[in-house]
Amino acid sequence: MPLNTEPYTGWGRVLTGTGGRARPEKSASLARIMGHAPGPAIGALRSYGDAALSDAPAVDMSRMDRLLSFDTSNGVLEAEAGVPLATLLELFGPRGWMPAVMPGTGHATLGGAIAADVHGKNHHAAGSFGQHVLGLRLIGADGQVRDISPDVEGELFRATLGGMGLTGVIESATIQLAPCPSVLVDVQERRMPNLASYIAAFEDSEATFSVGWIDATGTGDKLGRGILEEAEFVTREAAFFQPRKAPKTVPFNAPGFAMAAPVVRAFNQYYYSRIPKTGRHSSKQIAAFFHPLDGLSGWNKLYGKRGFHQFQCVLPPANAALVLDAMLREIGRSGLAAPLAVLKKMGPGRAGPLSFPMEGYTLAVDFASRPGVAQLIERLIDQTVEAEGRVYLAKDSLAAPDHIAPMYDELGDFRAVVRQADPDGVFETDLARRLNLRGTA
Amino acid sequence: MSEMWIILGASSAMARALARSFAEDPSGETYRLLLCGRDTDDLARDATDLELRGAGAVEVFAFDARHPESQDPILEAARSHDGTLNVAVFAGSMPEQSAIDEDASLVSGVVTDNFTASAAFLMALAPDMAARGAGTVVGVGSVAGDRGRLGNYVYGAAKAGFHTFLSGFRNRMGRVGVHVLTVKPGFVDTAMTWGLEGMFLVASPAAVATDIRKGIRKQRNVIYTPFFWIGIMTVIRTVPERIFKKLQI
Repeated sequence: MPLNTEPYTGWGRVLTGTGGRARPEKSASLARIMGHAPGPAIGALRSYGDAALSDAPAVDMSRMDRLLSFDTSNGVLEAEAGVPLATLLELFGPRGWMPAVMPGTGHATLGGAIAADVHGKNHHAAGSFGQHVLGLRLIGADGQVRDISPDVEGELFRATLGGMGLTGVIESATIQLAPCPSVLVDVQERRMPNLASYIAAFEDSEATFSVGWIDATGTGDKLGRGILEEAEFVTREAAFFQPRKAPKTVPFNAPGFAMAAPVVRAFNQYYYSRIPKTGRHSSKQIAAFFHPLDGLSGWNKLYGKRGFHQFQCVLPPANAALVLDAMLREIGRSGLAAPLAVLKKMGPGRAGPLSFPMEGYTLAVDFASRPGVAQLIERLIDQTVEAEGRVYLAKDSLAAPDHIAPMYDELGDFRAVVRQADPDGVFETDLARRLNLRGTA
Repeated sequence: MSEMWIILGASSAMARALARSFAEDPSGETYRLLLCGRDTDDLARDATDLELRGAGAVEVFAFDARHPESQDPILEAARSHDGTLNVAVFAGSMPEQSAIDEDASLVSGVVTDNFTASAAFLMALAPDMAARGAGTVVGVGSVAGDRGRLGNYVYGAAKAGFHTFLSGFRNRMGRVGVHVLTVKPGFVDTAMTWGLEGMFLVASPAAVATDIRKGIRKQRNVIYTPFFWIGIMTVIRTVPERIFKKLQI
């Protein structure tokens, strides 16, 4: 099976995978690769850091993207790991079913969503993606195919949910889809003038979907201001709506000054003010609501050729407000933040020992890669550790092993399962090496 | 009366993309799809996939260009179909030219895979298509067939043969209401090109499928996909042979 030896990157484009990629299009090719030269699976390369990167050959699963079975009576779907979640929403939404959890991009694959145990705008109620997985077909380091589930090899199954690909290659998965009462949602957007009101609004929110944009450049009495979006399925008779336009594409890397502090401040001022003081109501297609940025292909090029980092943490409820305040002050002072920053209240739902979610608040902020950013993010990671929160492995590119161990209290159990499943580390990724996720360093 | 599409070489990424475009046809038209290729286990997965995506009916047939008798059950199914017959040919193979240079016995296989097996199939089906007085043949060739190049001239020669065959076949079948579309893809992101060096302006299989559907709808005779390859190949074809023979392209 030929390898593509071109270096490749994750979505953040700062780090580079050098080990090459095989890309099977048929089950037999995948089996052949896994029999001779097994490597970690990678999907749509939508994780930001080095989660999908390796200095040894990886297996690109994006062409293994077929639907294998669907039961219309109960919404149980089996599909190959490479199918994008947007495709599932597009195909099954009109038939009344949808993935129970949709992350911020529909380009993410089924396998990737499981490996990162992704969460969505309904996390507070629906939990994480892995909680809706009924079974997996996992190809191990020995090339053997195993059908695993909570009842069959339960430890291996659980470690694979959120396991960042370290337990093996997910060939296919059986998931429980959720009822999709409508392909439209009613969205309410409201200005949140500061962090305190923002958190109060999240605490009061009973919406099915909720997420907030936050102005990470805000300081003083504007600290933590933003726009809270809450959405419910449209239950009334659906009126005519415009089909989603084809995505526009960012044609080239933006110059450095595009993310300069005054530019970002001005943009954020506009972005905040465009929502009237009294709020705004609109109906959107669910795909557009879940994945607003998918309407702009290659938006990561807006951060310029050096790429960008995203810092994403989750903080436990007890000290979330205090720590968010401190973090936003630090970020605001630095003048390094990009416009893209998100605040969301999370529920307790998580599927595996290395899953990111915990009850509390998650903050995600983009930073174009430039001097000072790495140091700032390291300070934010330190604050996260101190607050007994977690950073998201699917986004991270800067943490160290000492940061991760206290955040993930089941790391020891995870390591034991992984070392048993893959004693020689054939599924070790650059992320796993950097953070010593296998516990062998 | 439903439309049948026989897809030869259905495992190829371009074939899969075209089959999906039929399955997910926004007009709501449903097609009966015959997936023909060597790896029938894998094609069975594609068949299920296509049905779940909305295809009317999908059947899998073993088809091996090197075993001419493998076409018989496909022809039989086609003949008993009550409705328009359409064929899309994606079958082909591209061993490295250096391998062929070392082992001349590979030549005839390349010609069989890329040209004669498909031509024989189309010839055998021609009377049945003609009897229905309608239908479309999509023959996938390659820009490599437009001129013999150092890097893949045996593959290119087989594709050139197929182009010429399709041209004559169009002439014959056009008289009885069957349209023949020759498709010449440039670089497409498939298993055949994965990891090859010197690739540029690579198109996705889905984009090629979209172009093919457009070519079918507009009854085009020959299309390059993506379209700009017509310009590139016009330049390459006009280079005089005495210069071309010294080029490393």
